[in-house]
Amino acid sequence: MSPADREVLLDVRELRVEFRVKAKQPLVAVKDVSFQIFQGETFGLVGESGSGKTTIGRAIVRINETTGGDIYYRGQRINGRISTRLDKEVTQRIQMIFQDPMASLNERAKVDYIVSEGLYNTRRFADEADRQQRVEDVLNEVGLLPEFASRFPHEFSGGQRQRIGVARALVMEPEFIIADEPISALDVSIRAQVLNLLLRLQKTKGLTYMFIAHDLSVVRFISDRVAVISRGEIVELAEAEELFMNPLHPYTRSLLTAIPMPDPIEERKKKLVVYDPAVHDYSVHKPIWVEVRPGHFVLGNEPEIEEYRKMLSQ
Amino acid sequence: MEQIILSAKDVVIKFSLRGRILTAIRSASLDLREGKTLAIVGESGSGKSVFTKAFIGMLDTNGWVDSGSILFEGKDLAKLKTERQWLGLRGRKIAMVFQDPMTALNPLRTIGKQIQEVIELHQGLAGRAARQRTVEILADVGIPLPELRYGQYPHEFSGGMRQRVVIAIAMACSPRILICDEPTTALDVTIQAQILDLIRRLQKQYQLTVIYITHDLGVVANVADDVAVMYAGDIVEYGTANEVFYNPQHPYTWALLSSLPQLGVKGQPLYSISGTPPNLFYEIKGDAFAPRNPQALKIDFVKRPPYFQVSPTHYARTWLLDERAPKVTPPETIQHMRDKFREVTR
Repeated sequence: MSPADREVLLDVRELRVEFRVKAKQPLVAVKDVSFQIFQGETFGLVGESGSGKTTIGRAIVRINETTGGDIYYRGQRINGRISTRLDKEVTQRIQMIFQDPMASLNERAKVDYIVSEGLYNTRRFADEADRQQRVEDVLNEVGLLPEFASRFPHEFSGGQRQRIGVARALVMEPEFIIADEPISALDVSIRAQVLNLLLRLQKTKGLTYMFIAHDLSVVRFISDRVAVISRGEIVELAEAEELFMNPLHPYTRSLLTAIPMPDPIEERKKKLVVYDPAVHDYSVHKPIWVEVRPGHFVLGNEPEIEEYRKMLSQ
Repeated sequence: MEQIILSAKDVVIKFSLRGRILTAIRSASLDLREGKTLAIVGESGSGKSVFTKAFIGMLDTNGWVDSGSILFEGKDLAKLKTERQWLGLRGRKIAMVFQDPMTALNPLRTIGKQIQEVIELHQGLAGRAARQRTVEILADVGIPLPELRYGQYPHEFSGGMRQRVVIAIAMACSPRILICDEPTTALDVTIQAQILDLIRRLQKQYQLTVIYITHDLGVVANVADDVAVMYAGDIVEYGTANEVFYNPQHPYTWALLSSLPQLGVKGQPLYSISGTPPNLFYEIKGDAFAPRNPQALKIDFVKRPPYFQVSPTHYARTWLLDERAPKVTPPETIQHMRDKFREVTR
């Protein structure tokens, strides 16, 4: 399917997020970032800590205020000042799964309340019996037993806790889920279980995901398209396989060589590419966001883009 | 045959927790080849940290080496009891780098002082000479402007730089063995790659023997000469990196390798290990991995398998290697691993 005939679910245009750390100079966490997410796809967002990837996710679900730019969801602007009704609708349709299942669940609440909190806030149930039914259904769906509802988070393992985090998002019947490093805090053998759960839910419910991560091997496996973010800017965006086969931006290339592959012979031969932002000379030519191949975007100035095109044609 | 620098034999480590006894290490054995890097892989709770902590006498106070021996330079480390006995060894001969560089450093003292303290204590240098040596070590672990950095505090360093400092402290008394306990787990991939490079360089430069603890098989492939796979307090497979990656024998090693996302096929579920690791408060009968192994044999639930030798350097604790065992082939996903990776890395 070509991107042209896919329905745009989320459209982020020139998004800018600043934080006031010092009185005078604001910290620009996200610098005029634009991208689109299509209905039903998994959009991977990769970058190192401090690159602004989580901030983008939080700006979409309205946790962080935006400084500039627009975010459209199904054609409706959802950032900045919006009506209470729309705010509620956004809360219901866009849900987030957080990184650390040890820190993101209320230790003093039972699973029943943790999962229902969104329902209470938006009054999405007819009566008490209906609410209990919804909680039971969603626990089943994520592979937990309904009797777990009366327990506290500390009684669960990391993998089970992350399932509670998924259940809490799912109970709102969202269309779009932002998963912020949902498996980085989990053990290797548990990771596969949670990834499989997310994949299954996407298939059965037609969900759209934005998957935020720093582990490129996981992102490659789960995403349809991947955006690479560095210092608040998206430097490259392409279909997952295209990005891994033909990485253009030097930052993407350094990130790819940095992932250790479970193959000792190749690993021993590997030469590390360290990315130095000083390689870009943007004093004369300013960097622009260019589609160098259908669906493959990269940030660079004119001489750089010329070089990227040459690399692709080889 | 190379020198064996440290040899652990049938080590059993127990902990007393609220009146109950937990067996964290269930008679594990290990030979460490001098000048090589051994990677210990396993899930959290498999005992990889506890096992190596016994090598430097840093078990928590409620834990003890119950039986077995750990031979190093003609001494049995398992018999050492008092702090005084450990002092000549810990840090000086065997040093450790911890997981989280945020908590391993003292936030109230400058980086320089924290390294210099070790040098003064162990090498008998003082004053200007000690300072000089500290600056040299800072430069050696790849910290730019060491003279300036000497006077700075930990909060002025990034995560990767702090881990370099922790490595500098460990290297300050030129130990023979360096134990790295998940030193890159808290770091970004690009920084991780640099730290791995540093450890490899130091190893070559000083003929160090390194024990590298991790749960990331990619990191193992990057650093390891030898690999030990741990499960439920036991080493279930041991061999050179090539042997363990390209010719794995234990079902748990198979399962670990199969669940790697790098080997996943898009649109299909990843292989995942069902169940959870066993509770170490109870005695484990037979092969600890059997309840999670769909192809487990009857004997796996009854009798603990001994080590079967696959090659002079490769051992595995699984009944599958017994000559009477039925032929079970490793899962399709991990066969021909090399070709598959060549495909994905083009």
